[in-house]
Amino acid sequence: MTEPLLKVRGLKIGATAYPPGEKPIDIKIVHGVDFDLQPGKVLGLIGESGAGKSTIGLAAMAYGRGGVEITGGEVWVNGRDILKERLRAVRRLRGAEVTYVSQSAAASFNPAKKIMDQVTEAAIYQNKFTKAEAEERAVDLFRKLGLPDPETIGNRYPHQVSGGQLQRCMTALALCPQPDLVVFDEPTTALDVTTQIDVLAAIKEAIAATGVAALYITHDLAVVAQVSDHIMVLQQGDMVEYGTVDQIINAPKEDYTKALVSVRSIRHEEKTPTDTPVLRVENVTARYAGTDFDVLKKINVDIHPGQTLAVVGESGSGKSTLARVITGLLPPSDGTITFDGRELAPALAQRPIEDLREMQMIYQMADTAMNPRQTVGTIIGRPLEFYFGLKGKAKQKRIQELLDEIELGDGFQDRYPAELSGGQKQRVCIARALAAKPKLIICDEVTSALDPLVADGILKLLLNLQKIEDVAYLFITHDLATVKAIADSIAVMYQGEVVRYGTKSQVLSPPFDDYTDLLLSSVPEMKIGWLEETIAHRKMESAGN
Amino acid sequence: MKNIPISAMIGLFFTSVYFIMAVFAPWLAPYGMAEIVGDVWEPSSSEFLLGTDSIGRDLLSRMIYGGRTTIFIATAATILSFTLGSILGFFAAVSGGWVDQAISRFVDLIMSIPSLIFALVVLSVMPTTVPILIILMGLLDSTRVYRLARAVAVDITVMDYVEAARLRGEKIGWIIFRETLPNALSPLIAEMGLRFIFAVLFVSTLSFLGLGVQPPQADWGGIVKENKEGINYGIQAALYPAYAIATLCISINLVADWILNRTTSLKGGRG
Repeated sequence: MTEPLLKVRGLKIGATAYPPGEKPIDIKIVHGVDFDLQPGKVLGLIGESGAGKSTIGLAAMAYGRGGVEITGGEVWVNGRDILKERLRAVRRLRGAEVTYVSQSAAASFNPAKKIMDQVTEAAIYQNKFTKAEAEERAVDLFRKLGLPDPETIGNRYPHQVSGGQLQRCMTALALCPQPDLVVFDEPTTALDVTTQIDVLAAIKEAIAATGVAALYITHDLAVVAQVSDHIMVLQQGDMVEYGTVDQIINAPKEDYTKALVSVRSIRHEEKTPTDTPVLRVENVTARYAGTDFDVLKKINVDIHPGQTLAVVGESGSGKSTLARVITGLLPPSDGTITFDGRELAPALAQRPIEDLREMQMIYQMADTAMNPRQTVGTIIGRPLEFYFGLKGKAKQKRIQELLDEIELGDGFQDRYPAELSGGQKQRVCIARALAAKPKLIICDEVTSALDPLVADGILKLLLNLQKIEDVAYLFITHDLATVKAIADSIAVMYQGEVVRYGTKSQVLSPPFDDYTDLLLSSVPEMKIGWLEETIAHRKMESAGN
Repeated sequence: MKNIPISAMIGLFFTSVYFIMAVFAPWLAPYGMAEIVGDVWEPSSSEFLLGTDSIGRDLLSRMIYGGRTTIFIATAATILSFTLGSILGFFAAVSGGWVDQAISRFVDLIMSIPSLIFALVVLSVMPTTVPILIILMGLLDSTRVYRLARAVAVDITVMDYVEAARLRGEKIGWIIFRETLPNALSPLIAEMGLRFIFAVLFVSTLSFLGLGVQPPQADWGGIVKENKEGINYGIQAALYPAYAIATLCISINLVADWILNRTTSLKGGRG
């Protein structure tokens, strides 16, 4: 066996927390991790948020973000223990031997400088190439990464290219100095599925063409299965399992890995539509004030009592705007919304309190959906007090009932949102919606910000509550796996229009229209070789046309 | 109340000394406020701790009574400006649209006139009594508070929890006082410390120019005015009020900083 390019031994990483009014506490983020990475291989680091995967990735550059400190262990790159080297030597390594691709390219590029200058900066600064050579390399990389106009795209500014293209530019940036190792930190997480597949394929090809080794950090096992040779599963700073891709996804040994592999295995039998929908959206057209195009164009959908309508689409498809129109935050310019047999007033201010009560909303970011200065008791108790006039003991009792319903139990009433985990926060938001005894709950990407296992729990809870409370859901999401798990009927939205609408079985069975086909085939599957198959399939189709 | 940092301790100590002196002035001052007890500009002695002023009144007593007037006017004006400014600011931010435009542009109009000149003009036609001074300073300062309160609240009113409250059908009162105010408190408290100091400086400036607190009533700006000739002869009398203003400024800001630190980290609230 050759000497590994990256050798990590007993890596320990810690940070100091400063809770208000208390003594600072030392927290351990990573407790002793070992692994090797051979030249030209790709290692996937996978785990939930807080597992320490990004921290380990940055440690390969001897860097600790924020207050994070590498407290022990060894990190060998090209035969040198970089944790023992001086800062000056580490600086020569960063951007030359090891480079980094971050999650949000949009936030990482300097908006005031041209792409080419930023892509070639490290290579020139580290004296690996002259300016002319670096630019030639950059153009070559742009071509390899499948960017349009590779000769001239470098002259554009970051805002002049799309999100997916920018992410590919960032990959070019990382590969330009001809590094031995690239750390990819969730490079496709912020992208739409249909964009993700292209970026993924481009990254994979570029890695293969340049022979660079990579650490690929992600929370999505299906994604990492496409690009990696080996996978390391992490949980709260410990290595749970390490193996080849094949072994991890087909024969996981540890329980935690098994849970990750089998996530989203919820089965939900679709219900048949009733005659009287609880919400009927007819010919709704809407635009934002001061713009001259319709964000929603003639939308027609029904939601049946006690059932779930999933609205899927990419960012910008108008699905969240639909929610705003239904809630009355954005009055439609045309069309009617009928709720429970009566026509709703277009604007929120004109709707009677009863209409407001029967339609509740749950948000994507539970953090910002709850007032950080109110306790859980106040947050859940307010709708009870506001709609039903409950006070004192009766209110306390009902709050506790609701907390039991969302499986949180005792001792949560006096906590503040900051003292809850992400999943618990979302549960409290669900309880707040339920407190109003609504007929319809609008769920706007409620699981998108959560880790897969936590999201699974939330979906199960929502389905369970639907059975008990007989509430209908309008479920907005970009994630088709979620849709398959919970929907009774589906509306696929694209550029402000519903391109496909029907019951789950109708929408998800062929023949497909072009967009639905693209959307469905872009969802990564936990299968080795899925990426190549899909890309090959698409090439064949477009050749056939 | 444990774990108070040393800087906040110093700030708290001096602030409370000044406020206690202000409240209990009649009992603490060795002589009456306008009582002539000695010669002109006597040096400090066991009889007159800080010496006497330009017409032979005890300077320490003048300082204590003057502090009372200055601190009272500044406090009252700050409270007025904060109540008015923040309520209007929140109201504008929560309402949005033309309400916001109307109030904001009016405030811009007032702010475009230098406040000292504005005050001088008003005071030259109005009787210079303490209530008039307080109202004038409060109103002028509330424009600054309004700006800050609105800027902070605009950020808060786009949060999902405010939208959730609107969807619930909450009235504007609940949105302002229960959703917005608690989250805007930290920057407002920090600003309050600063504004109080500006109010002290403002009332002192007015008195120095002869348009603020009228003699024989003492206040710190007035004491500087009465004794400014003494500086030519090396008499310290005019400088004591300046020391007092400086130490009060610094100590109040130390306290405000500490409160700010505490409240920003509290329960993960925003800054």
